[in-house]
Amino acid sequence: MKLLIKGGRVVDPSQERDEVTDIYIEDGKISEIGTDLDPEGLNIEIIDASGMIVAPGLVDMHCHLRDPGFEYKEDIESGTRAAAMGGFTSVACMPNTSPVIDNAAVVEYITSRAEKVGCVNVYPIGAISKGLQGKELAEIGDMKFAGVVAVSDDGRPVVESGLMRRAMEYADMFDVTVVSHCEDMGLADGGSMNEGAVATSMGLHGITRAAEEVMVSRDILIAEATRTAVHIAHVSTRGSVELVRQAKKRGVCVTCETCPHYFTLTEKACEGFNTNAKMNPPLRTDDDVQAIKDGLADGTIDAIATDHAPHHADEKQCEFAAAQNGIIGFETALGLGITYLVKENVLTLGKFLEKMTANPANILGLNKGTLRVGTAADIVIFSPDKEYEVKAEEFESKSKNSPYDGWKLYGKPQYTIVRGHIIVNQGVLL
Amino acid sequence: MKKDLLGLKDLSADEINEILSAAEMMKFVLGQKNKKTPHLQGRTVVTLFYENSTRTRLSFELAAKYMSANAANISASGSSVQKGESLLDTVRTIDAMGTDIIVMRHNMSGAPHIIAPHVNASIVNAGDGMNEHPTQALLDMLTIKEKKGGFKGLKVAILGDIEHSRVVRSNIYGLTKLGAEVSVGGPATLVPEGMENLGVKVFHSVQEAMVDADVVMGLRIQLERQKSGLFPSVREYHRFFGIDGKRLKFAKPDALVMHPGPVNRGVEFSSSVVDCGRSVINEQVTNGVAVRMAVMYMLSRGGKINEAID
Repeated sequence: MKLLIKGGRVVDPSQERDEVTDIYIEDGKISEIGTDLDPEGLNIEIIDASGMIVAPGLVDMHCHLRDPGFEYKEDIESGTRAAAMGGFTSVACMPNTSPVIDNAAVVEYITSRAEKVGCVNVYPIGAISKGLQGKELAEIGDMKFAGVVAVSDDGRPVVESGLMRRAMEYADMFDVTVVSHCEDMGLADGGSMNEGAVATSMGLHGITRAAEEVMVSRDILIAEATRTAVHIAHVSTRGSVELVRQAKKRGVCVTCETCPHYFTLTEKACEGFNTNAKMNPPLRTDDDVQAIKDGLADGTIDAIATDHAPHHADEKQCEFAAAQNGIIGFETALGLGITYLVKENVLTLGKFLEKMTANPANILGLNKGTLRVGTAADIVIFSPDKEYEVKAEEFESKSKNSPYDGWKLYGKPQYTIVRGHIIVNQGVLL
Repeated sequence: MKKDLLGLKDLSADEINEILSAAEMMKFVLGQKNKKTPHLQGRTVVTLFYENSTRTRLSFELAAKYMSANAANISASGSSVQKGESLLDTVRTIDAMGTDIIVMRHNMSGAPHIIAPHVNASIVNAGDGMNEHPTQALLDMLTIKEKKGGFKGLKVAILGDIEHSRVVRSNIYGLTKLGAEVSVGGPATLVPEGMENLGVKVFHSVQEAMVDADVVMGLRIQLERQKSGLFPSVREYHRFFGIDGKRLKFAKPDALVMHPGPVNRGVEFSSSVVDCGRSVINEQVTNGVAVRMAVMYMLSRGGKINEAID
């Protein structure tokens, strides 16, 4: 299959490229980039990308595909369809499935299942501890050879600091990234939203920001002392951003991500007991949103991940404290970033895309998130100036737990191309 | 009035005043030998309690029966809730049986708010988690109104476990809307972040909170809070935060002593305070029935109080 993308503004942060040019794709790989390409041969499909942005396919380093075990929420097929609709061509899925991704057999299930029914690249993240129990290390080496790109007990913290230290040292030998869900359970104390006036006015137990920051601080100090690396998942507070900023200045090997909801929403979204605004870490305050934006702008925050967390309607249409944590994010992330970061001049388009392509790929050690000649042709094409309305009922995801239903955004993906195959064509999933 | 009474947060001052006026008339009914009125004849009231309660439940049940309603009770233990039925399914089932008013108590904040849009019946919140207990606040306000004549400029001190109290939140919403000044006092571990944003003064000393108060309202201290590390012991709590005759002197000499009950004598209030001449704790209980009669009657009429009681 041959494909020519003509006349788009090609933005590839991995090569610091930002110019109107053409891309020629052959055998699933990027074969040539240049102006006025006119390759010879038959059966060349042409995409007219004029007026649109052509970027490396988005890389989501943090999502939940719920497969195996919770297929009523999402499975690899529906999850990757949703990812493709959102412009993602590579996603890394968290191990809190049932069974847990804590051994090579489950890793192989994910990768083989993704090959069969997935429409984007799927990279499993293995557990740090067996069964996510925080007691013994999972077989990290074995899982690495089976295909995991990182390890994490995401959804819960590694409570025992000694085990976290061992995990970081052990994973380092195998060049596996450790992704830390930072939450001090004692400080979180069963809370269900951010601590403060809004929680107090609704009679909900709050979660202090210190619950996150204490653990961010711990993991940075462990990485510093053992000269290993750690990646902090879903940073949500001003304090966490500052801790990472200072650690980076000292030369600690720490990277971090945030999610679109932490730069677009605050705790106020929970008012009226809106369970679609319930997540962990919880939505914070305007001041935190500003700090997240500042951290994105100055490079403290390396990546934007979705933390796509599908839940069945029944798990959200219930008492706030009993509702599951999390929101889906694949099909809104690009639009939220374009609308609230790029259009508001928090980040340039290139810097924004870097945090959704090259940076997460680098943190996970993937040869993705780039348009370099010779690499797999994973590409997203979108129009940054066309407004669209988010319609949750039209999502490809099995779950609809999104607080963004009805929002007006810019930057809906028009084409998603995976290994040279057009998966989304003019906004329609094939 | 709206379909439901979920909390005082969403009510206007006018709506609260209307309920209080209706309750005054209902109280007249309660003073008669024959307490039977036809106001809810043919209507069905179901009390659905996910938490234990004696006084609130009995108060609602009697209020319904005095007005000739059919009243039935469901407890979470003894129902299909034990079989894992969801809250929404349980309430829809009760609704489908032709219930007009569902009085619900739930241990989680916001539970009635989640179900109210999904049922035809009026939902009356009889306490949801730490959020609101609107009829308790209304009966407190009725009591204050009777004794003090109004709310403008009145100083009300609410003392004790502020964090876990739904009574506090409803009282704050109601009292501040009618012009009272509310102070809350309790140990730092039992006063949540951001309380002052609700328009009240926050103190970590009960004496300071009580200075010149017209009303002193105590809240029940639960022993579980000691176990979860929020204060060292009931003994120490009483020493530093309990109200006895000596501490009560910080309030005005004619300050009312109130408590939503049940009282832990010797913990939040000493017995001498509970039984003192200014204590209106028993009148609160009487007013509870009147307020609940008024609320249920108004909800059954879509809130048209004018045609309420002749």
